[in-house]
Amino acid sequence: MEYIKCFMFGGFLCVIAQVIIDKTKLTPARILTSYVCAGVILTGIGLYEPLVKQFSCGATVPLTGFGYSLAKGVESAVDSNGLLGAFTGGITNTAGGITAAIVFSFLFSLIFNGKPENL
Amino acid sequence: MSRNIIKFKNKPSIIGSASVTGKMESEGPLNRFFDLCSGDSKFNMDTWEKAEAEMVRECAEIAIKKSNLKHEDIDLSFAGDLTNQCAASTFGMKDKKIPYIGLYGACSTFALSLGMAALSVDSGVCNIALGEASSHFCSAERQYRFPLEYGCQRPPSAQNTVTGAGCAILSKHTGSHPSVIEFLPGIVKDFGVTDANNMGAAMAPSCADTVIRYFSLSDLSPDDFDLVLTGDLGYEGHNIFLSLIKDAGIDLENNSDDCGKLIYDTNKQEVNSGGSGCGCSASVFCGYIMEKLKKKELKNILLIGTGALLNTGTVLQNESIPGISHLVRITAED
Repeated sequence: MEYIKCFMFGGFLCVIAQVIIDKTKLTPARILTSYVCAGVILTGIGLYEPLVKQFSCGATVPLTGFGYSLAKGVESAVDSNGLLGAFTGGITNTAGGITAAIVFSFLFSLIFNGKPENL
Repeated sequence: MSRNIIKFKNKPSIIGSASVTGKMESEGPLNRFFDLCSGDSKFNMDTWEKAEAEMVRECAEIAIKKSNLKHEDIDLSFAGDLTNQCAASTFGMKDKKIPYIGLYGACSTFALSLGMAALSVDSGVCNIALGEASSHFCSAERQYRFPLEYGCQRPPSAQNTVTGAGCAILSKHTGSHPSVIEFLPGIVKDFGVTDANNMGAAMAPSCADTVIRYFSLSDLSPDDFDLVLTGDLGYEGHNIFLSLIKDAGIDLENNSDDCGKLIYDTNKQEVNSGGSGCGCSASVFCGYIMEKLKKKELKNILLIGTGALLNTGTVLQNESIPGISHLVRITAED
């Protein structure tokens, strides 16, 4: 049941993005950055935490979840270090995700090449 | 000298032509008309840009051979493509050591190079001229949007840049080949379209402008032509074009088509609104249309190359997308 809830919520976030691509002129890049910003704002005003508790990775895996990590990182860093935490907290908390993205994309680019088909 | 249609009294003839395309085009409805269809869009090179240069080189080579000529016989060459500073054309043509004029008209480049090559021969400044244009899906994506590896989605109105090149060799009138007899260079038109994913809508107004200007300057009417072929407006753009000229009293519903619609089978191939790119009109004309002209199945046609004159900078600076359309008239009759 937990898996199904995760899947449905994560999928729901993806559907919103797909509708935006199909129905508006927003580029994918703008949609991605909007998702991250939305995650930060919703966490800041306390609306995202309950979603994470309910749907766990369905809420943390999509890009809004990245915004959530950034915001939570800032929150805890400000608690310990004051204003400096506003600068250090976000990236510190998401360091794992960012490094994984760089390492895996580099590894895969060594193995695979871009193809024109099936774009 | 007024801004009239440039008429080629000496009727330069297209004595040879060649078309080379990539994998997707080789699976389309016109595949048997292309001289070379590569199953490998990399043409044995290690980057897309080098692949496009190789395609340009090969296409010109085949056209020159089919005309029973050698490199030294070509007096002047005109070529262009979509890459930065037309690198694919430069690198593709450099080994041939022919006097070279690089051109840029975005997707209208083939009509532009055909018109300029015909102008050079008709004016008498040279005996043989070459006109070529090319595009490659992968290098165009990197140029205008994102590299393939980014894996972004494209909306339904986007077109598929054709991986293809077309080359035509013009000489003095022979009497036994199709001839280029008129050229009407386009005027840059900007109707405020800002959507970089809907090129058809950006180019349709300039295409309509050129066609309306042509028929107002010419004694001929739409019915005098077997085919009025637009470069790459795609399905959406071509419909917009037809309604724009209808408002001006020109009816081309029955004898107009578009290279972007012809080159792919939209039922079987995922190409959204159709083909685009310099290579679209270049390969469709040099392969399919030339065949029809040589067999006299088409006798009197207009080719209108359509181009969207944006670059990545102008889009990011929120500029609209201007278009240009160059018209060439070709006849199979003597």
